[in-house]
Amino acid sequence: MSIVYLTRAEHFNAAHKLYNPAWSHEKNEEVFGKCANENWHGHNYELLVTVKGQPDPDTGFVFDVKRLSVIINEHVTEKLDHRNLNMDVEFMQGKMCSTENLAIGIWEQLKPHLPAGVELHCIKLYETPRIYVEYYG
Amino acid sequence: MNNSMGNKVAVFRREHFNAAHRLFNPDWDDAKNEKVFGKCALPHYHGHNYELEVKVTGKPNPKTGYVIDLKELSDLIRREIHSRFDHKNLNLDTKEFKDLNPTAENIVIVIYDLLRPHIDKKMDLHIRLYETPRNFVEYPV
Repeated sequence: MSIVYLTRAEHFNAAHKLYNPAWSHEKNEEVFGKCANENWHGHNYELLVTVKGQPDPDTGFVFDVKRLSVIINEHVTEKLDHRNLNMDVEFMQGKMCSTENLAIGIWEQLKPHLPAGVELHCIKLYETPRIYVEYYG
Repeated sequence: MNNSMGNKVAVFRREHFNAAHRLFNPDWDDAKNEKVFGKCALPHYHGHNYELEVKVTGKPNPKTGYVIDLKELSDLIRREIHSRFDHKNLNLDTKEFKDLNPTAENIVIVIYDLLRPHIDKKMDLHIRLYETPRNFVEYPV
């Protein structure tokens, strides 16, 4: 068994705010600081999706990376790019739009669309060049 | 003394800020805005990590060896730019873009105009602004 990890990088731009509607305005400001700005702020997100599997003996591929890109675009970036994460994204409704929760949401969007033998390994999501999260399911 | 001591040198300070915006011309209807600005015109805003490079060019001061004290330049950028735009909605939260479409082109001109009065007239000022790692603008040219 030779397991190889394959990663596809994608990117999207979005607006969001960190704001818990169950808390007062003051409490939100205290916990989230500038990220609670009422009228949103935004980021260039960089997304790294890693799958793992054995290279197919006929193609040499763990997975056709073009197909992986199409799946990520259809189920993730099309839904997030140039959107407001709090208002426009169905799979983030009712959740706090932190980078942590967004990575979990992206994992849940992608997992059902990968074929047998290709296992989702990691979602790595950069909110800024200096801040990122990793989720391994 | 080295003959090159009186020559000009360019010094740079890099800063960054995050903001939401949308591209929208209020004189046009939604269909025309969407046709021209595409996804950038979506009504609920989107956002960017803006990276800012401020370049000051001039002769080093013979007493300090500095073109400009980079700590003072950093403080100036924080005071004039960061405090206005970081974690803000450029369309809604800033007076600079109340009636000006916040394209990267317009943002770089606004940043130049905000900084220029605070930098010695003998020095040249040049701004580069990255809207994404792949899209960036420069002013003046």
